[in-house]
Amino acid sequence: MTGINNSWVIRGARVIDPANDLDAAVDVLVREGTIARVGRALQADAPNLDADGLVLTPGFVDLHCHLREPGLEYKETIATGTQAAVRGGFTTVCSMANTDPVVDTPATVALILARAQAAAAARVFPLAAVTQGSWGTQLVEMAALSEAGAVAFSDDGLAVADARMMRHALEYSLLVGKPIVDHCEDPELVQDGVVHEGLTALRLGLRGRPAEAEETMVARDALLARRTGAHVHIAHVSTQGSVDIIRAAKRQGVRITAEVTPHHLTLTDEIVARKLNENADAALAYDVNAKVNPPLRTAADAEALIAGLNDGTIDAIATDHAPHSENDKLCEISQAESGISCLETAFSQVYQLVRSGKVTLPTLVSKLTSEPSRVFGLPTGTLSPGAPADLVALDLDATWTVDPDAFASKGKNTPLAGATLPGKVAMTFVDGKIVHAVDRFQQRGAR
Amino acid sequence: MAVSGKVLLQAEEIRRALLRIAHEIVEHNRGAADIVLVGIQARGAPLARRLAASIEALEGVAVPVGRLDITLYRDDLDREHFRPNVRETQIPVDLARKHVVLVDDVLYTGRTIRAAMDAVMDYGRPRTIQLAVLIDRGHRELPIRADYVGKNVPTARREVIELHVSEIDGADEVFLLPASQEQA
Amino acid sequence: MPLDRKDLLDLDDFSSDEIMLLLETTSAMAEILSRPIRRVPTLRGKTIVNMFYEASTRTRSSFELAAKNLSADLVNVSASQSSVEKGESLVDTMRTLLALGADMIVMRHWEAGAPYLAATQVQASVINAGDGWHAHPSQALLDLYTVQKRIGRIEGIKLAIVGDILHSRVARSNIWGFGKLGAHVTLCGPPTLLPPAVLDAYETLPNLTLSYDLDEALQDADAVMMLRLQRERMAGGLLPSLREYSARFGLNRERMGRAKANALIMHPGPMNQGVEITPELAYSVQSVIEEQVAHGVAVRMAIFYLLAGTAERLA
Repeated sequence: MTGINNSWVIRGARVIDPANDLDAAVDVLVREGTIARVGRALQADAPNLDADGLVLTPGFVDLHCHLREPGLEYKETIATGTQAAVRGGFTTVCSMANTDPVVDTPATVALILARAQAAAAARVFPLAAVTQGSWGTQLVEMAALSEAGAVAFSDDGLAVADARMMRHALEYSLLVGKPIVDHCEDPELVQDGVVHEGLTALRLGLRGRPAEAEETMVARDALLARRTGAHVHIAHVSTQGSVDIIRAAKRQGVRITAEVTPHHLTLTDEIVARKLNENADAALAYDVNAKVNPPLRTAADAEALIAGLNDGTIDAIATDHAPHSENDKLCEISQAESGISCLETAFSQVYQLVRSGKVTLPTLVSKLTSEPSRVFGLPTGTLSPGAPADLVALDLDATWTVDPDAFASKGKNTPLAGATLPGKVAMTFVDGKIVHAVDRFQQRGAR
Repeated sequence: MAVSGKVLLQAEEIRRALLRIAHEIVEHNRGAADIVLVGIQARGAPLARRLAASIEALEGVAVPVGRLDITLYRDDLDREHFRPNVRETQIPVDLARKHVVLVDDVLYTGRTIRAAMDAVMDYGRPRTIQLAVLIDRGHRELPIRADYVGKNVPTARREVIELHVSEIDGADEVFLLPASQEQA
Repeated sequence: MPLDRKDLLDLDDFSSDEIMLLLETTSAMAEILSRPIRRVPTLRGKTIVNMFYEASTRTRSSFELAAKNLSADLVNVSASQSSVEKGESLVDTMRTLLALGADMIVMRHWEAGAPYLAATQVQASVINAGDGWHAHPSQALLDLYTVQKRIGRIEGIKLAIVGDILHSRVARSNIWGFGKLGAHVTLCGPPTLLPPAVLDAYETLPNLTLSYDLDEALQDADAVMMLRLQRERMAGGLLPSLREYSARFGLNRERMGRAKANALIMHPGPMNQGVEITPELAYSVQSVIEEQVAHGVAVRMAIFYLLAGTAERLA
């Protein structure tokens, strides 16, 4: 199923490459794993690959996912997580540092890169923590970690709660020129909240996590970034207020970037109260698979996030893929781990926004490719000649039903089980090699 | 409700049968003292009230009348997994040392009467428990017999007997129905 | 009409007909409690487990008496610690109880939603005996029964629920119960314990209102339900002091004068006398607080009777 030396002429697709401002029916020539040329009616001695009816884009770039290795292999491994990634069209994934141990030494970065080299289906770029052990009290050795291969720094899972620590982290990051990624939720306002502080929390009698817990910290980070001149990247923005703050900060020239998850764009807190069965009068359930931090918010928040995506306030769509084992979730909701396994559903979730006319397809593709690569300074996410031939072919007419048991990810934790979603990842290429193909395209690849 | 079936007893025959039973009760108990009539819900209850009226007319004594719902004493709740609504039970006097006459419309397997006797016992220790029924259709499954019977009607198990009383159904009539319809 | 459901988790998904069936059945059960022998053989051979993850004397013993009055076998299990601390998960515990032959599980839990998790994991009927701040449906049913019996109707009456609404499962279930049966319910308490958004959360109930003024809430009320104030609310910054709370939201005879003559005074217990209610009122002729307790047994008998066997039938 491989072309000669990972070489192809992929013909017949609509090619969208936001990095080169391209949206046209052209051929893509891949030579020895690298993009050679993009153009009309290319002549080459590489095997033809018929992508008629598909949309071809650079492989997606995920700034934020949890591969769980080392230490939490019962939830996910680099092998299974990257398998899930390529099934979802992601060829570049940035792995979060809240593993066990936390990624706070060059050795751990090296370990992850070695494991990725051996077993990963996609490119893996590790993040390192901001503070040692993510305890929030002492900075990591950013220079050494940066040299080892860390692309950014984050205590994700936790906020950098201490404002002074955040200030110094930003200052010190100027030494390495890499962003500090903050999970913005003020622990004092969050307390032991479980879901968004809103109507669903009131109805269900659950402790809430107020929007302001995020917004006060986004505002703090924006002000500290303005003062220090450093690059702060806001992870998983979830509220209207945060979008407003980031927009205002960007207007002032603050080096602030932001990402949003597919679930915050497309779901609301009401899904936590999903019914136990189809009967309209059926009891409210407490869907632990919809428990995520920051929590799913309101429809107004989702609309504001979409607007932020469209006007450039939000730079990238990142999955925050957070796989958990069944036992992590099958318990009282406050005891359940937070997070959604979503590498394999992400594209279809956000493609719904194209279907409903809220986002254009080229914009969506840019938020999954060129934009995230720009934010972290990654070499992928483009079809420029010489770039690695990381590609994804999308079948936009297909629909499919989410079956967590069929996930490549070990994490079956999704609130979308049984949902029918539009758009399917038909083929994924890394370095010109087909790493994922749905059945009928496996045959095309073999021809 | 529209019922198509053979009429076993007309209103007048029901009236006469109840009057005869009232006589028999008084005769058997040598008067009306210490008698308590307990109608089994639903259609035993109005029959009990009519018997009491007849006894009062005969003896000049107001006999206490109660009504008893035996749902909670049924032995088939678990088997059928069905939950009939629990109707009102009202026992106006202490039943200890009384002659309790249970009143029901149709005596069939005897299981209802078994349940009713258990229930009555929970209200105290009556001197006797007697049983008055308008129809005895046979097919007993327990060693139970009626002391006072309005009419003996041989039936097949598949058949259904239905009593209508004016208090509930608008008219007094007893029907024999050819199966299918379940007996309540 | 049978109750066509396996579990009793809250009243939010009950129709008014279903609630009325429960109240009518409660009435029949109350008659049993007046007999010399308060026991019927109805649930012989059934095993009911009282699974209490949170201490409770009143509710636990009420369910226990109800089970015994119906001749069910009852097992009391108390787990004062969280399942996590104990090392056994809630789901494992449920499966163990099922393996032991439990037909119905009565569950009190400190966490909202825990009975829902249990209900999805076991075939036995699950009865919510109070979950976190969320729901306490049997308490709401006994409150409904108490008002129905005393006033003769629920529809159109004016009920004031006063106190810590935010943290009250009793309030939440009563909002649904009284709301669905057409009562006018006014919620009253300080804003930290009664966020204005509560009205939006129950937007399907048109007769729900909110007041931060107890005198206004009591005006022409047919019944007043005072909620227990947890003393730990002071520590979290939700209230400055008991004195201020009591001055603004405590029920006394003078304030009660604004309600209708003979208006009912209810309290789910246990009371903080002198805080949310004066002792004088708690034991006055208007108080139905002891009646509520007595009705609790009949209500729980009705719940057991109507749910018994439905799990197998619906399976």
